[in-house]
Amino acid sequence: MSRVSIDNLWMEYGDQVVLERICLDIPSGEFCAMVGPSGCGKTTLLRLLLSMEQPTRGGIRIDGQPLAAEPRPDRGVVFQRYSAYPHLTVQENVVLGLEFARAPLLGKLWGAKKRQALDEVRHVIDAVGLDQARDKYPAELSGGMQQRLSIAQALVRKPRILLMDEPFGALDPGTKAQMHDLVRALWRAERMTVFMVTHDIKEGFDLSTRVLAFDKVRHDPDAPQAYGATITLNLPLDDKPERAEILNQAQAPPGSERGAAEGLGH
Amino acid sequence: MGRRIINRRPGKGSALFWGALPFLAVLVLYVVFSALRLAENPGDKLLPAFSTIADTVHRLAFTADARSGNVLLWTDTAASLTRLGLGLLLSTALGLILGIGTGLIPYVRAGLSPFIAVLSLIPPMAILPILFIVFGLDELSKVVLIVIGIAPFLVRDLALRVEAIPAELVIKAQTLGAGTWQIITRLVLPTVWPKLLDAVRLSLGPAWLFLISAEAIAAQDGLGYRIFLVRRYLAMDVILPYVTWITLLAFCMDWALRAMNRRLCPWLARGAS
Ligand SMILES: Nc1ncnc2c1ncn2[C@@H]1O[C@H](COP(=O)(O)OP(=O)(O)O)[C@@H](O)[C@H]1O
Ligand SMILES: [Mg+2]
Repeated sequence: MSRVSIDNLWMEYGDQVVLERICLDIPSGEFCAMVGPSGCGKTTLLRLLLSMEQPTRGGIRIDGQPLAAEPRPDRGVVFQRYSAYPHLTVQENVVLGLEFARAPLLGKLWGAKKRQALDEVRHVIDAVGLDQARDKYPAELSGGMQQRLSIAQALVRKPRILLMDEPFGALDPGTKAQMHDLVRALWRAERMTVFMVTHDIKEGFDLSTRVLAFDKVRHDPDAPQAYGATITLNLPLDDKPERAEILNQAQAPPGSERGAAEGLGH
Repeated sequence: MGRRIINRRPGKGSALFWGALPFLAVLVLYVVFSALRLAENPGDKLLPAFSTIADTVHRLAFTADARSGNVLLWTDTAASLTRLGLGLLLSTALGLILGIGTGLIPYVRAGLSPFIAVLSLIPPMAILPILFIVFGLDELSKVVLIVIGIAPFLVRDLALRVEAIPAELVIKAQTLGAGTWQIITRLVLPTVWPKLLDAVRLSLGPAWLFLISAEAIAAQDGLGYRIFLVRRYLAMDVILPYVTWITLLAFCMDWALRAMNRRLCPWLARGAS
């Protein structure tokens, strides 16, 4: 489970207020789309959720526990750029998470252990449709393939929360639609809580079960930096069938939430 | 209309020709002026004829020296390359360890980077006397001069390269569960390794400079020692082949480092930057 609660959070850089009075309570398994004008602090909130930075006021809790002070495997991330490691092939990029977990000293597996780890991630690579590109380097992949690689890489450590910053912003409409199907399937299978920043409102409404809109509500014409953005719209999409499922699970006794849907087969 | 000159490119054969042209020009100029001077004064030592140079090379490279019993060119080369190799190796190790430390770990950066910045401003030649006093006149002081001369550059260059790694990649590694040491072995080292080899290539020039300076001032053997020894007799027939030999050695080292880069980093040849 991973219920995300944010209680009156503020983020300021010097005297510039970026985010103010952010309050959220997101049930475990929800897919949140974050929309809003450029520069209003969506990425900043994602960075806070990732513990890349600390809020200046307020805090974030996961299932009631304060967020760890640094990035951890419980929160996976897909950035818009710099998604995969340029010096590793597709399968090396994906297996990396397992290698970090199993080879504390060098972070690298060899021989039989490496082969076994590669076997374990094979179905993830297949699931994102990169089976033909296993031995290619990221620079040899198209933009859509790179983002799929980044998603596969993030999923290997089975994060409870997946954070995505405009993951499909640079893709053409056809590829985008494919990516939507992929992400929706993975989200249902892995039962993650997802936060996705997007510029594409339609994409947000299509994919998510809750739309969060950010904007400034207070303005001081003499000091534009004095007020930050806040959440102006927090809209659960109750007509989505997935949402009813999520709410049911949130009420079900712990332990029963897995198994309802077939996972990725881990 | 012809194309602009910035858009006109030589073909393969033509590039070879244009590349060889300056070498040929220098060679021809040398032969002409050497012949002119020798015609005027057969004892002229400034631009010796190729035949004289060939005789000298034969004496230096293939016959044992009457006094020491050594073949001079090879003992000099071995001595110089040992010093240079040790200096480069130590500097590279320092560059790698301190560069990654200052580039990646904020506390190391806070502690070391002002110190290294100041250190790199000290002109190495100015403290050569100190090195001779502290480390003696033999090998150690020469190696230390090379290290002092190029290690600060390598450390700072590497630190910049590490800092230039996109924060996203470092964060992503942490979300995949990597610890600091794993981030170093799996992300930082492979990323900066090719840059390190490039930086070492750029340092080859200064490294030779410091080596030859140190050998010129205090040594019993070495390429720099020999050149400065025979300078008294205006022995251009020794100096010119030695300089050519040093250039050739430097070229081969540069080439080897470049080949190593291509070999060790296959992703560079496959589209990554
Ligand atoms: N490290 C930082 N220091 C100072 N200001 C920052 C920093 N990061 C972001 N900002 C400011 O915060 C605001 C929100 O940025 P961001 O979260 O990237 O917006 P969005 O992702 O919604 O487009 C911007 O005005 C930006 O200038
Ligand atoms: Mg952004």
